[in-house]
Amino acid sequence: MRITQGAFSYLPDFTDEEITAQINYALSNEWPLSVEFTDDPHPRNTYWEMWGLPMFDLKDPAGVLLEVNACRTANPNSYIRLNAYDASLGRQTTALSFIVNRPAEEPGFRLDRAEKANRQIGYTTHSYATERPEGERYGPANP
Amino acid sequence: MTITNAENPRSSFGYRPRPAGPELCRPDESDDVQLLPSDAVVDLDALRRESGTDDVLRALDTELVGLKPVKTRIAEIAALLLVDTMRARFGVTAPQPTLHMSFTGNPGTGKTTVAMRMADLLHRLGYLRRGHLVSVTRDDLVGEYVGHTAPKTKDVIKRAMGGVLFIDEAYYLYKVENERDYGSEAIEILLQVMENNRDDLVVILAGYADKMDQFFSANPGMQSRIAHHITFPDYTVDELEDIAVLMTDGLGYTFSDEARNVLRRYLSLRVDQPWFANARSVRNALERARLRHARRLLATEGTVDLAALTTIEAPDLLASRVFSAAAENTSGQTVDVTAGGFN
Repeated sequence: MRITQGAFSYLPDFTDEEITAQINYALSNEWPLSVEFTDDPHPRNTYWEMWGLPMFDLKDPAGVLLEVNACRTANPNSYIRLNAYDASLGRQTTALSFIVNRPAEEPGFRLDRAEKANRQIGYTTHSYATERPEGERYGPANP
Repeated sequence: MTITNAENPRSSFGYRPRPAGPELCRPDESDDVQLLPSDAVVDLDALRRESGTDDVLRALDTELVGLKPVKTRIAEIAALLLVDTMRARFGVTAPQPTLHMSFTGNPGTGKTTVAMRMADLLHRLGYLRRGHLVSVTRDDLVGEYVGHTAPKTKDVIKRAMGGVLFIDEAYYLYKVENERDYGSEAIEILLQVMENNRDDLVVILAGYADKMDQFFSANPGMQSRIAHHITFPDYTVDELEDIAVLMTDGLGYTFSDEARNVLRRYLSLRVDQPWFANARSVRNALERARLRHARRLLATEGTVDLAALTTIEAPDLLASRVFSAAAENTSGQTVDVTAGGFN
């Protein structure tokens, strides 16, 4: 199941040129970008691993794409996303976040139901990938 | 929800053809560019006018005095980039030329000034995407402990992408006496980027000639990756005078005729003295003349007009110690020129 998180996730995967155009847009708004990756893409897993520090004072998308590609070579079977942070007063939050890399195989999620008192049902999503230990969830890190 | 079928297996980003799916209508770019037939001719002058190259070069000519070899090389680079765009119209493509440069020359010969202009120039010629200049020294590239250098250098390089990375006093990067110095790590990363990201940034190294020669002999890889070694010559007295006039114009001052003569004498004396730093010495001399000018105006009583406020007179320059030192020299006395700088 193709997971849909962040912007553009219902579109076909972006090519490098399209990613560059998005980075350009973020930089033109003076949003610093950062690269993050994870192998546990549960919707409630907000904090992904950081790939280096956020990149401040960049003028050109080539620098960001360099880091994206470095992260892709190191973690080819992980989800990688780009975050653009808007530091302007009154917003101070992530302005744009989109996935730039996903594993070849995405097993998806299962819906677990838990019966509670008074016939109430509690729901939770369970990622099939997390049944395997960290680092092996989407195949070996370095195939 | 997902659009996966046998024809369009999903694979990693960037390395795959566009999959079927919702797609904006976009004009096919390959059809837009019509290659010229091989027997066509291109109007060279029109293209030159369009690109604005001439304006850039003319501005360089009027605003920077002297520096003949530098201007020649810049004109050559501009011509090459122009010819390359024309060749591309015929479908003859060559990879982007390497434009990494090294500026060597004595203090005050305009290395930093030219580097600033180079970024703007290459941007206008369409070689650089942004055309900003990131000026760094050893401190910004080399870390303080193991593992600190690489991220620091890469951070600087990422910031410089799309523009010019200007490394002032580049010879400090390599310290001969300490082989465990982290500088060599920074050099290695730089070399890699200079090779792999040629389209993304231009690296300019600057430094004094003799020390840069040492630096290059210790790092032959760096020497060979830099296509343009440009030597900045010392200025002649005439050129220094032109520089002084340009500088005073910028500050809103003028020289009186008499002061102009004194300036010429001052410069011809100053050139032969130790620690002469070309344009920088001229600037310092002008700063001191401004001080004396202001003091002279306050000392005279009564009213002043605009002419008095903006004109540097001969006494403002004649008070310089360069003249008294020269006078003592000719009268046979030795002068300790090292004491206290030049007033």
